[in-house]
Amino acid sequence: MDIQAIVESFPYYLQAMGTTLKLAFGGIFFSFLIGLLVGFIRYFRVPILKQLADGYTELSRNTPLLIQLFFIYYGLPKIGIQLSKELCGVIGLSFLGGGYMAESIRGGIEDVPLIQIESGKAIGLSRVQLARYIIFPQGFLRSVSNIGANALFLLKETSVFSAIAIMDLTNVTRDLISMYYLTKEYMLMLVISYVIILVPMGLFISYIERRVRYGVFGD
Amino acid sequence: MSKKILEVKHLQKCFGEKEILKNVSFSIQEGEVLVLLGPSGSGKSTLLRTLNGLESIQKGEIYFQGELLKGEEKQWQAIRQKIAMVFQNYELFPNLTVMENLLLSPTKVQKREKTTVEKQAKVLLERIGLGEKLKSYPRELSGGQKQRVAIVRALVMEPTMILFDEVTASLDPEMVREVLEMIQDLAKERKTMMVVTHEIDFARRVADRVIFMEEGEIISDYTAQEFFEEQKNERITRFLNSLTH
Repeated sequence: MDIQAIVESFPYYLQAMGTTLKLAFGGIFFSFLIGLLVGFIRYFRVPILKQLADGYTELSRNTPLLIQLFFIYYGLPKIGIQLSKELCGVIGLSFLGGGYMAESIRGGIEDVPLIQIESGKAIGLSRVQLARYIIFPQGFLRSVSNIGANALFLLKETSVFSAIAIMDLTNVTRDLISMYYLTKEYMLMLVISYVIILVPMGLFISYIERRVRYGVFGD
Repeated sequence: MSKKILEVKHLQKCFGEKEILKNVSFSIQEGEVLVLLGPSGSGKSTLLRTLNGLESIQKGEIYFQGELLKGEEKQWQAIRQKIAMVFQNYELFPNLTVMENLLLSPTKVQKREKTTVEKQAKVLLERIGLGEKLKSYPRELSGGQKQRVAIVRALVMEPTMILFDEVTASLDPEMVREVLEMIQDLAKERKTMMVVTHEIDFARRVADRVIFMEEGEIISDYTAQEFFEEQKNERITRFLNSLTH
């Protein structure tokens, strides 16, 4: 094990971690927004938009991120849209994640007990008020754990970014290995870097999840 | 001569092939406490739910203060502010505090002044000894407390009548009393109420009139006095005996 090579690779890994995190958070953020939007459209069954939203959810969840990225990175320039590879990465990740987030939010909404909805109706709430004060807040709280799981999933999916030459953790490792042939060392660094990012994030998500669940439902 | 608040004519309700309510007709006067008794599955709760627009009906008519309720959601939204309902499973909204639960409908649906409703809600909560719980979340309350807050939630809407659907059925025995006493107090104030219950002693204390149902039909419609003291119907007697043992 070449310790010196490992130590010397720190700055590269730190930078790559930054890139990975930045793009991942961008993707997670926009995924969440898309998920919410799709959730609203599907709940209110907005004509046409609902069919589009359904189609989008299926498409985004049933195609690999790699292919989605290729379409965005190599396809868009063909119709005259030139975007930076980082932006393509965020768009791709958001496209993928939006479908997953939408499904999680839908699941949470469907989990709201019927009696809660009836109680809302019984005090005269309209459909929109019911959604605003009862169904969406409760549905959202019920989907927190799945949203968290999606966030972790999206973070890991960033490893596909190397396919469009983004210098994320996976790509930096591949570069270093091809330059110095120190496979063991750099692979170890790669794993450690992902662990450093993912473990605290996982813990943070389950902390939030417990807080929210206990805070509202008391279990 | 008191005023007729609610009138039901020839109501029929089916779940698929099964007839749950068969030709149900009755009415309720202002200030009257009408208790619905009958074995489980006799259609009492379903009947109550149709009066709140939570169940569709296949035949018959429901008149509230002379107005025919046609089963449209828009009309029901308005009517539900006047016919409040309290459910078996004290369904407060867990994402809102006690006060927010109480304010939701009066401020958002009825568009009343928030401070006025707040004051009114406080008075009602204090009267039942829950003045301290304004900012608590439902999970911090006991079952009996939740159910009493649910009743207050119905009261702050200042409804014309209140439907109680087996409101003590899922409570621990020691909490049943506090809830029943609260309803009894409302009865004393001459609130118009329709109560589905299995608590026979309680029914005896609050009822002005008793409707006995079995298999979706109204078997009898008597004053409380007639029902508990004078009637000789074999089925009713058997039912009463089964409850007092």
